[in-house]
Amino acid sequence: MNNINRADLNVTKLIERSLEKRNQKERYFRIYGISSLVIAVVFLLTFFASIISTGYQAFIKTDIELEVFLDSEVIYPNGTKTEEDLFFADYDSLIFTSLKEHLPELKNRKERRQARLILSSGASYKIQNKIIKDKSLVGQTVSFILPLDDEVDMYLKGYVDTESSENSRKITDFQIALVENLIEKDLIHRNFNTTLFVSGDSREPELAGILGALVGSFMMLTITFIISFPLAVSAAIYLEEFAKKNIWTDFLEVNINNLAAVPSIIYGLLGLAIFINFFGFPRSAPIVGGLVLSLMTFPVVIIASRAALKSVPPSIRDAALGLGASKIQTTLHHVVPLALPGMLTGSIVGMARALGESAPLIMIGMVAFVVDIPTSITEPSAALPVQVFLWSDAPERGFAEKTSAAIMALLVFLLLMNSLAIWLRNKFQIKW
Amino acid sequence: MMIIIALSFLLITFLNFRAGRSKALKIRENTSIHSLPEYYGYYTAFWFLIPVTLIGISWLLFSESLITSFVLSNLQKEIVNFNEIQTLNFINDFKNLSEGRNITGEISLLLKEAASLYSYFSTVSNTLLIFACLSIGLFGFYISINKVSSVFQARNAIERYINYFFLASTCIAILATAGILFSVVFEAIRFFGVVDLDDFLFGLKWSPQMAIREDQVGSSGAFGAIPLFVGTILISIIALLVAVPVGLMNAIYLSEYSPSNVRAYAKPMLEILAGIPTVVYGFFAAITVAPFLRGFGEFVGLSISSESALGVGLVMGIMIIPLVSSLSDDVISAVPQSMRDGSLGLGATKSETIKKVILPAALPGIVGGVLLAASRAIGETMIVVMAAGLSAKLTVNPLDAVTTVTVQIVTLLVGDQEFDSPKTLAAFALGLTLFVFTLVLNYYALRIVKKYREQYE
Repeated sequence: MNNINRADLNVTKLIERSLEKRNQKERYFRIYGISSLVIAVVFLLTFFASIISTGYQAFIKTDIELEVFLDSEVIYPNGTKTEEDLFFADYDSLIFTSLKEHLPELKNRKERRQARLILSSGASYKIQNKIIKDKSLVGQTVSFILPLDDEVDMYLKGYVDTESSENSRKITDFQIALVENLIEKDLIHRNFNTTLFVSGDSREPELAGILGALVGSFMMLTITFIISFPLAVSAAIYLEEFAKKNIWTDFLEVNINNLAAVPSIIYGLLGLAIFINFFGFPRSAPIVGGLVLSLMTFPVVIIASRAALKSVPPSIRDAALGLGASKIQTTLHHVVPLALPGMLTGSIVGMARALGESAPLIMIGMVAFVVDIPTSITEPSAALPVQVFLWSDAPERGFAEKTSAAIMALLVFLLLMNSLAIWLRNKFQIKW
Repeated sequence: MMIIIALSFLLITFLNFRAGRSKALKIRENTSIHSLPEYYGYYTAFWFLIPVTLIGISWLLFSESLITSFVLSNLQKEIVNFNEIQTLNFINDFKNLSEGRNITGEISLLLKEAASLYSYFSTVSNTLLIFACLSIGLFGFYISINKVSSVFQARNAIERYINYFFLASTCIAILATAGILFSVVFEAIRFFGVVDLDDFLFGLKWSPQMAIREDQVGSSGAFGAIPLFVGTILISIIALLVAVPVGLMNAIYLSEYSPSNVRAYAKPMLEILAGIPTVVYGFFAAITVAPFLRGFGEFVGLSISSESALGVGLVMGIMIIPLVSSLSDDVISAVPQSMRDGSLGLGATKSETIKKVILPAALPGIVGGVLLAASRAIGETMIVVMAAGLSAKLTVNPLDAVTTVTVQIVTLLVGDQEFDSPKTLAAFALGLTLFVFTLVLNYYALRIVKKYREQYE
């Protein structure tokens, strides 16, 4: 009696002890699970913190406000007053004259040259453009807001270590003193950086903007949607509603699933070999990019559309067929309208993926340096993700913050597209 | 201009539709017709629009190269001593000139002549195109409207066409695959005419720079791809070592443990992670992770390259966490509830149930998901282009800089290129290897996943 009791006790103890261990393991396992989530959250937070902290200042630019006397003797040195003079006039000296009024301490040539370099090389173009638009300004004193050079901009935003030796930075001590002097005279202001949104690419960070890339990306997405959505939807309808189950459709299915998983760079090779080399399409044009991206998006939209068609209950089809509709009428009049929100959602998600894609675009030559904002789909153009790639490679420090700003713009557009998809899904999706 | 022409063609299509329908309506006044009158309209419109579109598209596809060759053959005498690159530049220049764009270099008389010829031929081609489209379209319309009668089954005809259209769109998937194969296979075959297949697949040295002059030092380019394969696999393994445990635990936690409000936040977070473009991950790897790792290495006394495989692999791993997580989530939730209940009913704890019942049952599906993730890592381009090395070094040290297949494809094809040099062709050979490898991986992965899904359905 006693023995059995002791054995029972032992077993109970044993179980209790092992239970403790097992519960311990259970807790550990749960902690692993939570920490895996925490890793993802921490990454996401560091990621956004790093992008925003490097990029937020790109939305601010520093300008100098100067009263420039548009001396007609400098602008029309020959006295001919032709249009051509306006293109070749020495606007730099005009700017300099005005700058000298505020900085009388400039002595020799070298110092003057350094003073001129405080302003961006784009400053003279700004004056030129204004005069070409309105020739009556010549001979007057006009107040201009002119961009500063990117190195000065970086200094004002606090990226330059003034303690370091003068040789290791691009801005000299003398220039810093001049800039401080100008700040004291209240000539240098911080403004919202509209340049970033209204101009194309440039070699100078302070003049570069994302508009060209935005327009290029928008054109490509439009082409992608126009081509891939109708074709993919019809392919999905065929596979889901009409195809009989046989080897041929199995092959098609495997093929489509594989296409969706082919590395994007391979699509770039296809674009290069077929569209550019074989058909002779222009390089780095949105039309080629759009075609390549539509081929890439095609299988993705097919898969999403098939899922949407599958979710329409068979009773709808039975009812329509029973009332005497033909197979095509049933599909087009009843099944497809019900599946359309799902199809649209899927295709917007696919388009968002296409928007962020850069590898195939690099293959078809969209890494070219394009200043102009494209006006047609056959002109060379940039694309937003490729612009990010190009700027991230640029040596000037000013481009680092521009890169982050372009990334933010890209993420905002992706977010908008995905929100649109979610909104569509919630608004129109019918739960059967 | 283009838009006006396209719109007027659409207008004619609409008029054709009206014509077909009104004819059907007129017939219906006396006798009964087979289909609704609209179908007759569709029928006549179809026979106008489709020939026009087909001719238009194929003309636009081929006209460019045809016109160029016309111009060149007209100027044959003048450009007889141009070499290939000069000809290509010449073509580019006169095209730009005729479209009113700026060109670099001076504008020679020959160039001007070529440009005017080019714009002349373009105008001729466009006018011809419009007339061809119009006459063939109207011919189609004439034939089809004559067919409209009381016995003609317009609806059946239209439905047949729609069916064909559906089938044809499906075939684009096949065309795409064929296009990929053609584009890489032909160039790859040309490459293997120059470089031995064995040397490519098993060679240990990769330095694709070909000599410009014969007597240059190190003039023979080496095309042994093993260093690239090793680099690719090294980075992918690091990525999977990050992504598989984290992604799998994520999926397990979300599907088995998490309260629904955690799930409601965690799922969109993973979707954000999945939606970040790879170029952004690449920027992050190059700007934030790599310097951090190098600094850390200096701190503990290790020399970590600023383009280390480790940094690239870590970021790529994070990129594929959502993929692993969502695929595993699918297979874990597909395990029948009865298996969980059985295990829990026998007294197993939740984690024991997961480890000993659910995971073994879901294993094939998870393996399929991991294979898909591996194929994604191998084909990933932007992260490695921006953060991995360029020089091919045969090493498995994760702290060293390695290069990958995709990096080499990009570097070989970006910038000025001649299409005959083995250097450019090598990119296509690498592309073929990448395609075949990922294809096999994807095929098996998808098959495993599919089989697994059917098992519990």
